[in-house]
Amino acid sequence: MKRKTKRLLILLACGAGLASAAGLTLSAFSDNLVFFVSPSDLAKNTPNGRQMRLGGMVEQGTVERTSGGHAGARFKVTDGKADVLVTYKGLLPDLFREGQGVVVLGVEQPDGVFKASEVLAKHDENYMPKEVVDALKKSGEWNPSSGSPPPNAVWNAPAKPAGS
Amino acid sequence: MDTRQTIAPPRPVKLFHRFANPGQFLRLSGKVLPWLYSAGVLLTAIGVIWGLFFAPNDWQQGDTVKIMYVHVPFAWLASAGYVSLAICSVLSLVWRHPLADLAAAELGPVGAAFTAVCLATGSLWGKPTWGAWWVWDARLTSVFVLFLLYLGHIALVRAFDDPTRGYRAGAILALVGVINLPIIKFSVNWWNTLHQPASIGLTGAPTIAASLLWPLLFTTLGFTLLFAAITVARTRAGVMERRIRMLLMAKTSESGQS
Repeated sequence: MKRKTKRLLILLACGAGLASAAGLTLSAFSDNLVFFVSPSDLAKNTPNGRQMRLGGMVEQGTVERTSGGHAGARFKVTDGKADVLVTYKGLLPDLFREGQGVVVLGVEQPDGVFKASEVLAKHDENYMPKEVVDALKKSGEWNPSSGSPPPNAVWNAPAKPAGS
Repeated sequence: MDTRQTIAPPRPVKLFHRFANPGQFLRLSGKVLPWLYSAGVLLTAIGVIWGLFFAPNDWQQGDTVKIMYVHVPFAWLASAGYVSLAICSVLSLVWRHPLADLAAAELGPVGAAFTAVCLATGSLWGKPTWGAWWVWDARLTSVFVLFLLYLGHIALVRAFDDPTRGYRAGAILALVGVINLPIIKFSVNWWNTLHQPASIGLTGAPTIAASLLWPLLFTTLGFTLLFAAITVARTRAGVMERRIRMLLMAKTSESGQS
């Protein structure tokens, strides 16, 4: 019995040590573990010519698709506090639209324009059929190009059937 | 049981003690296993048919959202399988439970396979949705690390001539790897990731519309039962394998004495 207790205590001590070591390491490297920076983060620093990822929402009414020789687009990415103008040549992902989250890879130019070489669409945690979206649009509760949908309690309450 | 008496092992009392628990496990699991398999197959079939043919599409993703009905259960089972592995490892290290050793060794390949399917379906989902097969964000990377931990455990458990040493080493590796589980779970909340945060939590309504969510509950339950069934079947095979090996060894030592 005593041996078992001893083994258990050793195990718990090792676990506590390991957990605190991992916690300290992760909090120390936290800045490097992010996949992208926000427009506000970008605004804090002057352009340094290094490649980075910028993430945020495509601002409503700012998308201009360029046609002709090269398909591409100009749009603003915002996080609500700051926005950055992004230029991109290439094919946009299917989910790209106004109000959608995006992550763009590229370099901030000295004039503050972010020249992107890759655009990824970021899907949020909301999944809903078309009828629910139409109902929300009709009732004026949500305009998809303005940003994230209203709280899920509004549209996913079991008592209230979709579309009513 | 006449055969057992004719090839009586050298130390019957100790051997009996060693077999006591696994024997009970064999009897009990033999009764449960058919139910696990049939309920698992039934629930999975209901969920898959419902999800593929009757559930509506997502308004943005269209058909692609149906990958969810496989990806989400396998992602959950990749982590839940690792939790089971960790519990077996504690039982093995602290209480020296022989059945836990066997179960841990058999859990590894099942968990690795489920994690591989989670990564593959996620990749197939990522290309049409995000526009990339793979990105090194915190969620994807931590699940990839989980896959490597499973592979490491599989290799380490089988790397020693003395199986007991393999079980000990594997258990220590599995417990060190537990630190990865909260990182997987909270990576999407702690850091900016391309992967979206959880849609289903313990508190609050899910952010998946109910019509899309029901089939997911069925496939999740179904695949979970199948995961359990495969693991139990493998552990039964492991127990029987060890039993045969010990009987053979007892037989050879006996024939050597006479």
